[in-house]
Amino acid sequence: MSEKILVIGESRDGVLRNVTFEAIAAAKKIKSDAEVVGVLCGNENLESQGQEMVYYGADRVVTVKDDKLASYTSEGYGQAVLAVIEGENPYGIVMGHTAIGKDLTPKIASKLESGLISDAVDIDVDGDEVVFTRPIYSGKAFEKKVVAEGLVFATIRPNNIPSLERDETRTGDVQEKIVEISDLRTVIKEVLRKATDGVDLSEAKVVIAGGRGVKSADGFKPLYELAEVLGGAVGASRGACDADYCDYSLQIGQTGKVVTPDLYIAVGISGAIQHLAGMSNSKVIVAINKDPEANIFNVADYGIVGDLFEIVPILTEEIKKLKA
Amino acid sequence: MNIYVLLKKTFDTEEKIVVTNGRIEDDGAEFIINPYDEYAVEEAIKQRDEHGGEVTVVTIGDEDSEKQLRTALAMGADKAVLINTEEDLEDGDAFTTTKILEAFFEDKEADLILAGNVAIDEASGQVGPRLAERLGINYVTTITSLEIDGDTAKIDKDVEGDVEKIETSLPLLVTCQQGLNEPRYPSLPGIMKAKKKPLEELEIDDLDLDEDELEPKTKTVDIFLPPEKEAGRVLEGELEDQVKELVSLLRNEAKVL
Repeated sequence: MSEKILVIGESRDGVLRNVTFEAIAAAKKIKSDAEVVGVLCGNENLESQGQEMVYYGADRVVTVKDDKLASYTSEGYGQAVLAVIEGENPYGIVMGHTAIGKDLTPKIASKLESGLISDAVDIDVDGDEVVFTRPIYSGKAFEKKVVAEGLVFATIRPNNIPSLERDETRTGDVQEKIVEISDLRTVIKEVLRKATDGVDLSEAKVVIAGGRGVKSADGFKPLYELAEVLGGAVGASRGACDADYCDYSLQIGQTGKVVTPDLYIAVGISGAIQHLAGMSNSKVIVAINKDPEANIFNVADYGIVGDLFEIVPILTEEIKKLKA
Repeated sequence: MNIYVLLKKTFDTEEKIVVTNGRIEDDGAEFIINPYDEYAVEEAIKQRDEHGGEVTVVTIGDEDSEKQLRTALAMGADKAVLINTEEDLEDGDAFTTTKILEAFFEDKEADLILAGNVAIDEASGQVGPRLAERLGINYVTTITSLEIDGDTAKIDKDVEGDVEKIETSLPLLVTCQQGLNEPRYPSLPGIMKAKKKPLEELEIDDLDLDEDELEPKTKTVDIFLPPEKEAGRVLEGELEDQVKELVSLLRNEAKVL
């Protein structure tokens, strides 16, 4: 029998996140002949989400349904996932390096006394050894890491390992597993939605980031408009956050988020080393800044020197025309 | 309240990384308290000032780590513990770090343990939740607000920009996110006082651990720098034409539109 790799799925607003499909592809990279078993926790839609995981390459899916799993808690999901692990006895586990992935996987690894390689951006197989590449020092350097002993357990950074093509001819079982979830000691009373829309900064294919040059919270408006036409997310430099132009949850850099979108547009950002650490591994970088000497131009693929308040609206219009 | 802070020293964020033979050069590098751990120190001091008790800062490191511990003491922590592994351990990972901390906390009866949500160097972000699991206590990561009333803790947790309002109970481990507070700078009297505050140094023998139990589960086989990015093209001409050219380049050359 082939060995199993579990992929822990994750949804947002009832829809599976892309990184779940990327994790399925990652599992196949780790061991091409492994049986990939999806794991889903929640209280509704698990059947259809499981089907979706199959379309993206999972061989079968185990679901755990309970009202106590309606929203994520480490306690609830921990119990559910550990029960599945016990039943399946996998060779490996993969999950997205997201807020939930970061919160849940260390707990599970600790319980199992296993290693955990977090935030992998690439996976190679070298003979018998699976080699994970991950950024350190916020992307100023990279390390290659292997499992010395035990479970091959990893989280993967969104947007780096391409998912397989969705294929509706793929088939596989989606089966519910009954797990007794005990009462939770930690309770979520309320969720305040502050994230602007569906596009999450760390998963976005396009990021428009503003710096001190944007000058005010109002100054971010044209950036949001540009992000909207591009289907992207808005981020910021530390300078802009410290000056209260936007929330710290938008900060990109060595403190804050590290992003690797296909397109990064830096607007009014000078390009301090701490900021570059958070974005310089983006695929294509555009810099818009009035200072031709700004450090950001040293990492940008394309640069425009000038007033961002003139340039950004023109750019938005041009892209609208293109998409029309 | 019996409050502990897990602290790690990291490279100053200004440092450029130099790699020689698959290892990061740390000769002459400036070290600081991991920025996220600074939020943890600040929060610990605030909670102690409100509820009474004592703040102990714990680090695993080498003799140079004393500097960051003294800084935390100068900010206002009461005691510090340095678990010096320099002579006993060559390599470690989140598993071994947790194992050491688990042994340390075994008899401590901590009410509250605070840590940074991630260290900006190796960035595994694992040690907090791993330790809570070993100690069998509740944990909440990436917190931006903490209110304690008796045994109850009301917490704001940052979840990729959204805020979850969470209620849980002590004993508790939290990891701190930016926005939680503004870490204070050590004052001059604080620095003077810090010199006299207790700093205990332990080795793994003192924790009844032996080296065999501290075999890492993961291993780094190489470290390398990303390829240097070449400076790209700065466009020229009328602004409007530049923007048109940019859109065309993004579409046809970079193929991202």
